[in-house]
Amino acid sequence: MAQSSFTERNLRILFPLPAIIFVALLMIFPVLYTLFLSFTNWNLTSGAPFSFVGFKSYARVLAEPRFLHALSRTFAFTFFAVVIEGFLGVAIAIILNRAFVGKSVAKLMLLLPLVATPVAVGIVFNLFYDPTIGLANFMLQSVGLPQGLWISSSATVIPSLILVDVWQWTPMITLIVLAGLAGLSEEPVEAARVDGASEWQILRYVTIPMVMPVILTAVILRLIDALKTFDIIFAMTGGGPGYASETLNILGFKYSFEYFRMGQSSVILVVLFLVVFACSLGIMKLRAASET
Amino acid sequence: MKKKLVSTIFFYLLVTGIALVVLFPFVWMLASSFKTQVDIISWPPKFIFSPTLQNYQKVFGEQDFLKYFFNSTIIGAVSVGLSLVLGLPAAYSISRYAQKKLAVFILLARLMPGISFLMPWYIVFSRLNLMDSYVALILSHMLISLPIVVWIMSTYFSTIPREMEESAMVDGATRQYAFFTIILPLSGPGIITATTLSFIFSWNNFMFSQVLSMEKTKTLPIAVYNFVSYAEVDWGGVMAAAVAIMAPAIVLTMIFQKYVVKGLTMGAVKG
Repeated sequence: MAQSSFTERNLRILFPLPAIIFVALLMIFPVLYTLFLSFTNWNLTSGAPFSFVGFKSYARVLAEPRFLHALSRTFAFTFFAVVIEGFLGVAIAIILNRAFVGKSVAKLMLLLPLVATPVAVGIVFNLFYDPTIGLANFMLQSVGLPQGLWISSSATVIPSLILVDVWQWTPMITLIVLAGLAGLSEEPVEAARVDGASEWQILRYVTIPMVMPVILTAVILRLIDALKTFDIIFAMTGGGPGYASETLNILGFKYSFEYFRMGQSSVILVVLFLVVFACSLGIMKLRAASET
Repeated sequence: MKKKLVSTIFFYLLVTGIALVVLFPFVWMLASSFKTQVDIISWPPKFIFSPTLQNYQKVFGEQDFLKYFFNSTIIGAVSVGLSLVLGLPAAYSISRYAQKKLAVFILLARLMPGISFLMPWYIVFSRLNLMDSYVALILSHMLISLPIVVWIMSTYFSTIPREMEESAMVDGATRQYAFFTIILPLSGPGIITATTLSFIFSWNNFMFSQVLSMEKTKTLPIAVYNFVSYAEVDWGGVMAAAVAIMAPAIVLTMIFQKYVVKGLTMGAVKG
């Protein structure tokens, strides 16, 4: 009896303990190690032991044009992808938010892009974008538009990648907002209708403000992942042509596993983490404000 | 009356349009996987063609596809299973003792860029001779599934009234006994949701396996990716491989549709 009461009294520690130890060992320590490495000049290929160089790696990486381009590209990619996904996702949710024949089929359909393997999605879009045999150029041609180079040109590669991200992840926003809409109470909408508000006014001033916290949560989730987008870019372009589609995550990967410049890649990863953290925090503030 | 008919027609046109956009990559992938190379590279693209199975024969014949399939399945199943073992008690504790900080701690894994722990793993696993081992792959994939399990299950446990275990505790049962005998048996739907979602995310993971696996533990996404690098022009084979890798996740989604939707939307809506 005494033994079991020890377990019971400390359940709040004992139950989560294995998970805590696991996360500490496999995530927290490694991340701290990365942080530590960012203050060294370690290069795995040189074979030389690393030395502590303070902020020198930061100074070097942060002054490098390739890094600065990757940083601004990461922001641009994320901004356009998430804004388009947000607007489209909410719009589609509002369209589908009624009872209709085939609604469950429509919802199942929306799930498909979300569970499709990103690498494979990227490869399918590579065929779609192929300048000489791809469906994309065929579609442009059949409506009389000039053909494009899509991911083969540094001018169009980022918009083309954003399109893939939008295709794959807009349904996530839609499904989340649909679930949010389903949980709303009818009363404010009814009250507005009695007061003679038009459908558009109800949507604009009643429904959307009520689901705003849900919309912003969906946007945070998307934002975190969009900033870290890796699979489709790596599979479709590998960061190319040239460096034209290198985001921070791709650049960090190359520095780590292609050039083995561990010190400098750690700097990139620290910056990436700070960006993800700051952006999520910003939107969380916005969300808190929208709830009051 | 007429106005209503017009708006209904307009609505279904809109839904059809959305469906076309969502489905066309799948349809095109499927169609291309049954085309000969000649048909795929012809211009204008062929919409009507005589289907062939040669791409599938090639993928499943020449490539070690079944091995990669097995690797993906084992790594997914074991990592999800272990994540449930670690995650269920943790989620219960978070739910019942309102351990917000603990939840954030575990969910940090969702926020962190994967490479920021992947690089140290690469160094450590190389030293320990664990590169290309199931241990390394399973441990890394647990970092994908554990946050999902904790996120979904802590929300789920909070929907089970406290009276369920408290009435048993009044009768003299310990809380841990009540957790295993009363709460867990009630948690089927939540566990199905968490398991399905974690498995799909593990199945689709590319980055961890790309770094930590080589020939022995190679998973399907890497195999598909390598297939492109080696045989850039063999579109039919690549598309057949893409179909083969997506099919299991899509079938799982169809079977557990309700649960998958819940899992993806749960935390966001409850806030």
